[in-house]
Amino acid sequence: MIIAIKNNQTIPLQSIPVLGYEDFLSLNTSYLKDEAKHCLNYFGYPTEGTLKLICCVANDTDNTIMISSCVLNQEKIVYPSFSAQHLSFHIFERELHENFGVQYSDHPWLKPVRYAFNRADKNSEIANYPFYQIHSEELHEVGVGPIHAGIIEPGHFRFICNGEQILHLEIQHGYQHRGIEQLFLCRKSLLQKSVLAESIAGDSVAGHTTAFVNLWESLCNYKADDDLQFSRTMALELERIAMHTGDLSAICTDIAYQLGSSVFGRLRTPVINFFQEWCGNRLAKGLIRPGANHFHFTEGLAEQLIKVFDAFEPDYLEAWNELKELPSALARLEKTGVVTREQSASIGTVGMVAKTSGIVRDIRATHPHDLYQKLNHQPVIKRHGDVYSRTQIRNEEIVQSMRYIRGMIKKIPEAIKDRAPISSAQKNSFVISLTEGWRGEICHCAITNETGELIHYKVKDPSLHNWLSLALAVRNNEISDFPICNKSFNLSYSGTDL
Amino acid sequence: MLRNIKILLHQGKQYIPDLTQAEMPGIFRGRPEISNEIKDSQALVDLCPTGAIQSNPISIDMGKCVFCGACAFAFPNMIKFTKDYKIAANNRDDLIVKAGEQKNILLNPDLIRKEISSLFSGSLKLRQVSAGGDNSCELELNACGNVNFDMGRFGIEFVASPRHADGIVITGPITANMAEPLQICYDAIPHPKIIILAGTDAISGGIFEGSAALDRSFLSQYKIDLYVPGNPIHPLTFINGVLELIRKRK
Repeated sequence: MIIAIKNNQTIPLQSIPVLGYEDFLSLNTSYLKDEAKHCLNYFGYPTEGTLKLICCVANDTDNTIMISSCVLNQEKIVYPSFSAQHLSFHIFERELHENFGVQYSDHPWLKPVRYAFNRADKNSEIANYPFYQIHSEELHEVGVGPIHAGIIEPGHFRFICNGEQILHLEIQHGYQHRGIEQLFLCRKSLLQKSVLAESIAGDSVAGHTTAFVNLWESLCNYKADDDLQFSRTMALELERIAMHTGDLSAICTDIAYQLGSSVFGRLRTPVINFFQEWCGNRLAKGLIRPGANHFHFTEGLAEQLIKVFDAFEPDYLEAWNELKELPSALARLEKTGVVTREQSASIGTVGMVAKTSGIVRDIRATHPHDLYQKLNHQPVIKRHGDVYSRTQIRNEEIVQSMRYIRGMIKKIPEAIKDRAPISSAQKNSFVISLTEGWRGEICHCAITNETGELIHYKVKDPSLHNWLSLALAVRNNEISDFPICNKSFNLSYSGTDL
Repeated sequence: MLRNIKILLHQGKQYIPDLTQAEMPGIFRGRPEISNEIKDSQALVDLCPTGAIQSNPISIDMGKCVFCGACAFAFPNMIKFTKDYKIAANNRDDLIVKAGEQKNILLNPDLIRKEISSLFSGSLKLRQVSAGGDNSCELELNACGNVNFDMGRFGIEFVASPRHADGIVITGPITANMAEPLQICYDAIPHPKIIILAGTDAISGGIFEGSAALDRSFLSQYKIDLYVPGNPIHPLTFINGVLELIRKRK
């Protein structure tokens, strides 16, 4: 009755059990009573005039993923929601409602997700979205965005404040919607799909592209050689170091600690410049391809990287040690923007937000792929859930990733000359691929038809889960602390809007 | 305090002294060069993920190119990406590199409005709008202002309010959901103002060209002052392009 698969496993579509809606609901919501299980992805796709729902729940204790499905009966108009049983489903059901018009009787808030071009109700437009309001003479609203003060992506934040204190924050997305999932179906060449994967979130190129290539190789029953696995793992860890260092710089900027901002900012430069030395692009675009490696990681590159790290480490640690003892910095970071463990569990957060509120949720440890299968990764866990925890985890993960890379380059796999060509995708299949990007868990799913063509492609960026935790974390904080809270999460707009 | 001074001293010199002559590290993919002796031109055209390669004669449109390098891997003797990062242009057609051409990409001075150099050569304030950008060009535009590239030394800065800006820098393929905010932002900038398209997505839509989720009608209304190709743009490409646009010419 239940099918449990591993990360990057392809299965025949018909092997996924099809349940009645009530069984589908009770099965998946009962899984989540165990905190070691969380919803990876829950989505629908139209098939044969009906809507088929697929729910993927991860079991973090035995590395498996439970897959179940349900065909929505068109006659029954209103369904009981998963979200009423467990809040973490809220975003997926909002998406089902927005894209396919699925009606729920007890969903807490069917707020639009991203105003996708192919949404069910074309009359609903992002420009006239009715934000939640509280009518009181003592409260005021602050609207921020979609265009923000700095050079960042667009999104709208609507605050309801009592004086300087935030009572409520509502976040509206969709400004970045480019129709990526649909383009995965229209763009037929593998190269086009790879370029698309690189463009989901340009700050998580290694994360999303690795998820895509692992998915595609599994779909084609292709075993990636050691050198491919090596370069993907290397790229993921280098991306983590670069982005975390950049985030530390931005956190310092937002507390007006100019020295930290400049030092961490310039320390990111040699790391991304190393990507350029390796693959010709500072953000690793062009590096990761299914069944191909155009940029072999050579001994020469390893020597260069060691030099980069040797120069990076003392300056980095000096700046970090100063930041962590600076009373004026700590006063801004500690106990600000707290996400409690209970909140985190109910929202179903992933990545840094989960790990800083005491939840062990890291794909590298729980559903390992590529070299992580041998790495025995120990996730960095923090418990306070505040801005400082999210600052600390970046520091500890930078140090950890450098240690992993220093270990990896002691044994560089040889370049494969006569690599097996990648064949075509298996027919009538389902595949799921997970990676731990620097933000957290990235999940890609694909479904093929009877000719092996993609009929559905589903992308989930970790941000999709985590935005709600930002909205809750800023409650009862001063509005002046919003920038530092936002920066400590650093969630992706384009990854959410697709 | 003393520790902060120590940290400051340990940084040494981080800025690039001459941004116009800087050597690009590693294996950058910049301006392509195409051999005259291309045999299988159709294979090249078919290979390109964004339709940047055209035949008769073979050409690469850097406004469409995502610089993935796939053509150079498949035909290493025919196509080569050089480390030339000065690839910004103010004439859209100048981004198209034809077979046999090995010339630098230059701005066409006749197309630069006179007031641009007289008003902006010493100080240029820009408002950035990401309209579906994937945060790669946004990261690199931020990097233009960091201590390494330090674009601020030329008086070129990004500002928060369009009211304070002399122009707009657009990234991303321009989504339908950002079309109106982009227009409002542009309208809020006082005259005279410039428009810069940063990155392949902004210039042509890139891999997103033709997506039903885009609305690029904004671009057909105005003259574009500068096209900065790249996926993402390199800070050196952006800074050199803007300097060329605003510099005083005799």
